[in-house]
Amino acid sequence: MSKICQVEFKETAEQAKKLQEIIENYKHVEGAAMPVLQQAQDIYGYLPEEVQKRIAEGLGVSEEFIYGVATFYSQFTMNPRGQYNFSVCLGTACYVKGSGDIMAKLKDTLKINEGECTPDGIASIQATRCIGCCGLAPVMVVNSDVYGKLTVDDVPKIVDKYLKK
Amino acid sequence: MANLLNIKINGKAYQVESGTTILDACKQNGIRIPTLCYLKDINAIGACRVCVCEVKGVRTLVAACVYPIEREGTEIVTNSEKVIKSRKTTLELMLSNHNNECNSCVRSTSCELQSLAHEYHCDEHRFGGIKNTFEEDVTPYLVRDNSKCILCRRCVAVCKSLQHVHVIGPNHRGFKTSIGCAYENSLNDVACVACGQCITVCPTGALREKDDIDKVISAINDPTKHVVVGTAPSVRVAIGEEFGYPIGTNVEGKMVTALKMLGFNKVFDVDFTADLTIMEEGTEFLGRLTNGGVLPMITSCSPGWINYIEQYYPEYLAHLSSCKSPQQMFGAVVKSYYAEKNGIDPKDIVVVSCMPCTAKKMELNKPYQENKDGIKDVDIVLTTRELARLIKRAGVLFNCLKDDTYDSLLGEGSTAGLIFGATGGVMEAALRTLKEITEGKELEKIDFEAVRGTDGVKRATVNVNGIDVKVAVAHGIENAHTIMEEIKNGKADYHFIEVMCCPGGCVCGGGQPIQPADVRNSIDLKAARAKAIYDTDKKAKLRKSHENVEVQELYKSYLGEPNGHKSHELLHTKYTNRKK
Repeated sequence: MSKICQVEFKETAEQAKKLQEIIENYKHVEGAAMPVLQQAQDIYGYLPEEVQKRIAEGLGVSEEFIYGVATFYSQFTMNPRGQYNFSVCLGTACYVKGSGDIMAKLKDTLKINEGECTPDGIASIQATRCIGCCGLAPVMVVNSDVYGKLTVDDVPKIVDKYLKK
Repeated sequence: MANLLNIKINGKAYQVESGTTILDACKQNGIRIPTLCYLKDINAIGACRVCVCEVKGVRTLVAACVYPIEREGTEIVTNSEKVIKSRKTTLELMLSNHNNECNSCVRSTSCELQSLAHEYHCDEHRFGGIKNTFEEDVTPYLVRDNSKCILCRRCVAVCKSLQHVHVIGPNHRGFKTSIGCAYENSLNDVACVACGQCITVCPTGALREKDDIDKVISAINDPTKHVVVGTAPSVRVAIGEEFGYPIGTNVEGKMVTALKMLGFNKVFDVDFTADLTIMEEGTEFLGRLTNGGVLPMITSCSPGWINYIEQYYPEYLAHLSSCKSPQQMFGAVVKSYYAEKNGIDPKDIVVVSCMPCTAKKMELNKPYQENKDGIKDVDIVLTTRELARLIKRAGVLFNCLKDDTYDSLLGEGSTAGLIFGATGGVMEAALRTLKEITEGKELEKIDFEAVRGTDGVKRATVNVNGIDVKVAVAHGIENAHTIMEEIKNGKADYHFIEVMCCPGGCVCGGGQPIQPADVRNSIDLKAARAKAIYDTDKKAKLRKSHENVEVQELYKSYLGEPNGHKSHELLHTKYTNRKK
C-alpha cells in the first residue's frame, strides 16, 4: 500500500529551522534515523517527502533507507491529518454491524485510502479500534463529533456537511 | 594461532577454527546446506531460514549462514527430519505468496527457489490464501517484478554495499514488505546507475533485463535492413556458461559461428573499437598531460560509471575522457566508415551490440550518442544472457559448432582490446600503447601486473617517456566512490584513472550469465572469467591497440588522425549533470 502524500508541502521558517537543528545534532550519531524521524514528525505532524529528503541528505544516508524506516513503523505517517479527520471504528462490534462497508463508502466518497489526506488538505480518513460506545455501532467520529448507528447512505451526507462548510 | 575446536556434524567428528559459521564448516567437509539469502561476502543476514540446522543444547533451529561455532564439542545436525520439515515449510510459505508462473519465467531452470522446491518436493501448495499483487517496474534496461521476490535482500546488499547507490531497499512491514525505491518511485525516477548487479544476484525471476530479443529477430527478418552485430570483449569468456562450459572458457570461435548462423549481415568485434578507444583516449590523455588539461583524466567506457558520476559527482564531469564507449564508437563507425565503404545508407543499417551490461541498453538512448543527422549510433543491445537465449531459440546447437572468425573491416581486435573486459584492462591497454608510441621503441615488458587482479582499488606509478604517470584503477562503485572522495578532498594526485562500474569489470557485468549462490560462494567469478581473458592475451600475437591493422586503415583512409576533426565528430561525446 502506498503511503505517498498528495498534499502540497508547506512549512514555516520556524519548522525548517527546528528540523535543521535536529539534523545537525544527530549528524554524527549512529542509528540517528529513528529519533530524527520522530522529532521531525513532532514538528510537521507527519513526514513529508521533502522532510525525508532533507533528513537523508543531512545524515548522509540514502533516501530509500529513510523511507524504509518510515514505512516500517506504523506510528510514522506520511500524510497530514486533514482539517476534518474522518475516523471509522473498525472494532469488533462496529465491524460486525457493518463498519467495513461504511469505511468503503467513505473511501469512495472522498477518493482517498485509509491513512491518506485529500490533496487540498481538507479531509483525511483514519481507522480506529473501539472507541467505547459499542451501543452506537457502527460509529464514525469527525474531529470531535460522534455519529452512531450509521448506514452506508448516511456517509455522503455527513461528508457533505463538512466539505460544504 | 587459530583456535581449533573439536565438533561433530551429523555424528561425525571434525575440527574447525573457532568462529567458523556452520555453513562454512559444513562446506569445508563436503556437506552442502541449502541457502537462499546468503551470498558470500555480500549478504549474511540469516533471513530466509532455509539453511536452518540443529545444534545440540540450543532450543531452536539456527541459521547456519550466521551461526558461529565457538564452543568445544558443538554437535550439529544438518539433515534430521525436523530440519528437513522446517526447510520444506519455509519453502512452501515462500511459494504460497509467489507468482508461480514458472513455465514462462525467464529464470526457469536457473531459479534457486525452483530448484530447492524441487529438491524438497514441495509439490502440494499447502498454504493458499491472499497473494500480494504488484505492478512491474519497467525501465529501458531492467524489469522488477516483486510478485516473484522472496525478500532475500541480496539485491539490496549489492546496491547498497558494492555499488554504493542504495536506491532499493525493503519498504513497509510484515506481509506488505516489498523491495522498492523511496516514495514508491520507479527506478526510472531515482539515481539508479543501471548496472544490473541486482539481477545477477537475484535467486528468482524478480529482477531481469529488459528483453530486446524480438527486436533483433524482426530486424534480421526485415529485407530492407542491413543488420550488423558486434560483441564486447567479455561476452566470449562468459557466454559458454549458458551452454554448459566451465566458468572461464573462451568460446569466441563458436560464438562467431552462431552469430553468422543467426542471419546477421556482418559479425564484427567490439574489441576493434576498444583498440580505437585506446587510440583516441590515449591521445586525449597525452594532450591533457602535456598541455595542462584537466587531470586526473577518468575513463568513460563504462556506462554505469557514467550514470554514477553524472548523478552523484557532476562537478567532476570535466575529468571524464570525452571518448564515447567502445559500443557507441562501434555504432558510429559502422554507420559512417563501413556504410560509406559498402554504399549502404546508414538509415538502413541496424546496429546490434552484444554486451555484458544492462547500462548499455540505457546508453544507446542518451544524448550525444548519435550522428549529426540524428541517427543513433546503436539500435539494439542484447545482454550476454539474451544472446544465449536467442541462439537457443534459433535452434543452433552451440556446443557442436566449429570455430569461425569475425568479418573484416571491423573484425580485428588486439588482445589489448580484449582485456578491456577485466578490471585494469583499459589502463593496461592504454599504457602499452602510450609507452610504446611516446618512447618510440618496443616494450620490454608488455604485462602491467600492478593494475591487474581483483583488489578494489589498484594504484601504480608508470614511467612514460620520462614522466612518472600516476594511475589508479577502481571497479565497483563502492571503490569508485573511494577514489572520488580522494579527489574531492584533495588527497589524490593521479593523472589517469580507470573506473569500471561492476565489481571485476565487464566480466561480471549485470548482463552476464547468472551463477547461483552455491557457485558464487565457492568460485570467485571475477578472477575465473578474467583468467580466460588474460590467458588469451598471453598467447596472442597482436597485443597492442596501435598495431591493429584495421584500426590503422580506418585512420588512414577515413578518420585522419586520433582526436582529429572527424574523430571528434564521430567518436567523442558530452555528458550531462543529472544530479537529483
